[in-house]
This record gives sequence, C-alpha cells and structure tokens, in this order.
Amino acid sequence: MPTPDEVYEQVLAEETAKGSSPAVAQARAKAARVRASRGAKDPSKPDSATAPRKAPAGEGAAQAKPAEGGGGPAEAKPAAAAATAKPAAAAGRPAARAAGGGGGAKKAVGNGGPAVPERVQRLLAVVKPEAIQKVERRPMDRVNVWPHLMAAEFVSLLVVLAAVTFFSIAVDAPLRELSNFNQTPNPSKAPWYFLGLQELLRYFHPQVAGVTIPQVIIIILFAFPFIDRNPSTRPDDRKLAIVIFSFFMLSFAVLTTIGMFFRGPGFNWVYPWESGIFFEL
Amino acid sequence: MAKAEGRFNPRERMSAVMDMLHGSQLWRAIFRPGSIFRRGYADSPRNRAYVVMNSLLYHLHPVKVKRHGIKLSYTLCLGGLSFFLFILLTITGIYLMFFYRPSVEVVYSDMQRIHTQVSFGLLVRNLHRWGAHLMTISVFLHMARVFYTGAYKPPREFNWIVGVILLLLTLLLAFTGYLLPWDQLAVWAVTVGTEMMKNTPVIGDQVQFALLGGPIIGAETLLRWYTLHVLLLPFVIVIFISIHFWRVRKDGGISGPM
Repeated sequence: MPTPDEVYEQVLAEETAKGSSPAVAQARAKAARVRASRGAKDPSKPDSATAPRKAPAGEGAAQAKPAEGGGGPAEAKPAAAAATAKPAAAAGRPAARAAGGGGGAKKAVGNGGPAVPERVQRLLAVVKPEAIQKVERRPMDRVNVWPHLMAAEFVSLLVVLAAVTFFSIAVDAPLRELSNFNQTPNPSKAPWYFLGLQELLRYFHPQVAGVTIPQVIIIILFAFPFIDRNPSTRPDDRKLAIVIFSFFMLSFAVLTTIGMFFRGPGFNWVYPWESGIFFEL
Repeated sequence: MAKAEGRFNPRERMSAVMDMLHGSQLWRAIFRPGSIFRRGYADSPRNRAYVVMNSLLYHLHPVKVKRHGIKLSYTLCLGGLSFFLFILLTITGIYLMFFYRPSVEVVYSDMQRIHTQVSFGLLVRNLHRWGAHLMTISVFLHMARVFYTGAYKPPREFNWIVGVILLLLTLLLAFTGYLLPWDQLAVWAVTVGTEMMKNTPVIGDQVQFALLGGPIIGAETLLRWYTLHVLLLPFVIVIFISIHFWRVRKDGGISGPM
C-alpha cells in the first residue's frame, strides 16, 4: 500500500505524461493523495461515493444530449461529462476542457456532451481538495421547535404563572411598620439570599465572611470553565467536579436554612418548632 | 331553504366577518407567511419551519432542536422560566411605579395606598415580591442545572461567564428592590447587607458611602436604589440576557446529550 505522498507523486507523473496542464495534474494528484489518506482502495481513481453515477443502461454517453438539462434525468449530465472526459484527456485536448469533466462529481459541471465537441470551456476555478471541508457531524435526532418545544414552554409558563398568582392571592407580601432608625428589630436579618453569608459571620472575621469568601466564590464561578478542563459531560467521568460543586451548593443551602429558621433574637440558635420562626421573606 | 334566507344567522355572519378580516391587507401585513394566524395555515413540515423562521421567534429559537433538548428532565425549563419571571417582574414593576414615589416623606404612605386603595395593588405587589424570590431561586437552579449537565464546557465557556454576570445582576436587582418598601424589614435587612460590604479592605467606607449615598441609610439611599432598581440594572440585565440568548444559538444550541 503506497503512502499518500507516493500516490501524489505517482498520479502527478501519470498526468504529466498524459499531457495535462500542470495545474490540472497537480489538482488530480492532490485529490488522489486525499483519497489515499482516507483509505480509498484505488486512490488514483475517484471512489464510488464521489464519482458520478453511471447513466442508466441504454442511455449511453452518445445519446445524452446537452439539451437534456430541463426536466428529466439530471444525473445524465455529469455521467455524460465523465464518460467523455477520459478520452478527451487522453487525446490531449485542451487542459481546461478536461478539468471541466474529469475531476469527479464536484467539477462535473460541464455540458460537454459529444454533440457539441468543439465548444470551448472556461475553467472558472480549481478547488483544491484540501479546501473542501469534510464536516464531521453525527446525524442527530431533531424535532421542530413549533409545536414541540414551544408547546412545552407555553405550558410550563402557564403553570408557573398560575402558581405565582395563586400564591399571591393566598399570601400577602410583608409590610411592617414604618422604618425607625432608633429601633433595631431583634433579630435583624439580611434578605434570604445573603443569609448564608450572615451565618458565616458567626464563624469568621467580618472581613473573611463578608468580603473574602463571596469574592473568592465569584472569582471561582467566573473561572470555572477554565479550571475544569475535563471535556466529558458524562456524570461518570466527572465525579470529582460534581462532588465539589454539590458540596458547595449543599453547604450554602444548609447555611441559608440555618440563617432562616434556626436563628432567633440576637442571632442565637433556636429551634423553630419551640420558639417560632424569626424570619420574613 | 327559502325559509332560512334573509334570516340572521350569527354563525354565518361571524365566519364571513372573520374571512374578511383574515383576507384584509392589514391582517396579511401583520402576520407573515407561515404564521399560524394566517388564513389557510396547514400543519405541514414547511409551515412548522415557517412559524419560527418568519417571525421574531427566529432570534430566540432555531427551526429544529435536538430531541433530547425538549425533554423536561434535561433543562427543567429553568432558563426560560427565569426569563419569563423577569418579564412578569417588569410588567408588575411598571404597574407599581405608577403609585410609588421614592421620597422618604411619602414612600411609606404610598406603600399603604398600594395595599389598600389601588385596584389590584396588593395582588400586583405580591406577584412582584414572590416572583422576585422565585426568579432568584430559578436563576440559582438554572446555574446548577448547567453545571450538572456540563453545559459550561467548550464552546460554551463565555456563556457561562455571561450567566454568572446575570446571576449577580439578579441578586443586585433583588437586593435593591428589597429596600423600596421602606419598612422596618427592608431598612434593617439592607443595613445588615451593607454592613458586610463595609468590611472591604482599604476602601470599605468609600464602598458603603457610594452604595448608601451617605454614611447611613437615608433619603439618598432610597432614591439611589430606586433608580438602580427600575432603570440601570434592568437596562444592563437586558443587554446581558440578549448576549446570553444569542450565544446559546451561536454555540450550537442546547448542550448535550450527556
């Protein structure tokens, strides 16, 4: 099995011997190299996947008329072009003409049927085979957003709207007496999302609990995608990350719950089932 | 039948009027081809694509999404619900703004007026408050969902950063709104919250002064936080929400499957 580079040299030599122009010879040699590197059986010829389909039996190259472009057999045109290109190239026709038909389906734009053999073809562009991107995308099961996704979104929206509305009818938002700066309520608590930090104030110096810890948390949150370099999204592959994240979420939840329900006057420990709840949302 | 001729038939009249409406130039000017409100909408694959493609929706959703992405158990709708709650809060907030003056002399009586005299005032305030708490929770949970599905991994790192900014903005919106009722609960909760920031090394006092507009909470603080709450922070958060949604599309839609 020759290496791709050997295939390149070989095809280049063949094409030059055939009398193809340097550009065409190089393009074909590169195409052969790409085919060789993809593992094609016979890299010097276009493989069956990319080669133009064979014209149906009985409709040979000689019968394919150029006027056939309109409705019927669309495949007939490239097939005819490919069928005529080989002899044309071998006979040492102008290189541009050969390129119009020879280089597989992508270049087989020619209407070079045999009916008008002397038509001059212009070479518009030589597309290097490397420039053709092979998109690696696995086929994926996809569904229409309308109605499948939007129906689900609409239902969940209505459910939440109904829940909030019913809750708002049942429970009134707190409005205590007018603020009085001379009378500190006991206990005075922060809004619930800061109660975890207020709880930390019991254990750490204010500068640590009120500034350092939140800042470190924010910085770590920002930097998280760059700290966790593990490319996998499967839970089995990222146990450590999940454990660490869950630990922080859980401790935040526990601290907040303690701050909400288990802290009474003086922010001292109480049990809500004994002395009630000192907390308002 | 000759008997029914000339008699008023409401159903026929109605359908004739609807036909005229659906055929009018105004109707066709508003609803683009493929809209479900157009006459002759048929449930075909082409029209299903047009519903999204030919409407404002196309800026939010692609025509098709991965099948696993519409499973409720994957996203729990948390991001979308956060956005919906934000819209709900905007609407209820604007209604409350009609009756609320951020001035220390009148603010508390305005609050009482909203509770007792304004039509649906109490209900709208309840919706605003409970919706705000719910939005904070749903943004938190949305972050957790994104973590557990690994959706912050390349190429979505930047959108995670935008998401963290949105979380902080949500907390700031909630916190600035907490002061506005100007009752004992609001004022002392904010006092506790801003006392923490005073501990910032070196510039702690300046930070607190900038936040409160003075050494302690007062009229300046109320006006300042009101402006932040109704104008600046919503403005900023809308910009980041737009970037967030745009990047979801650009980074290849919904993440996964795991």
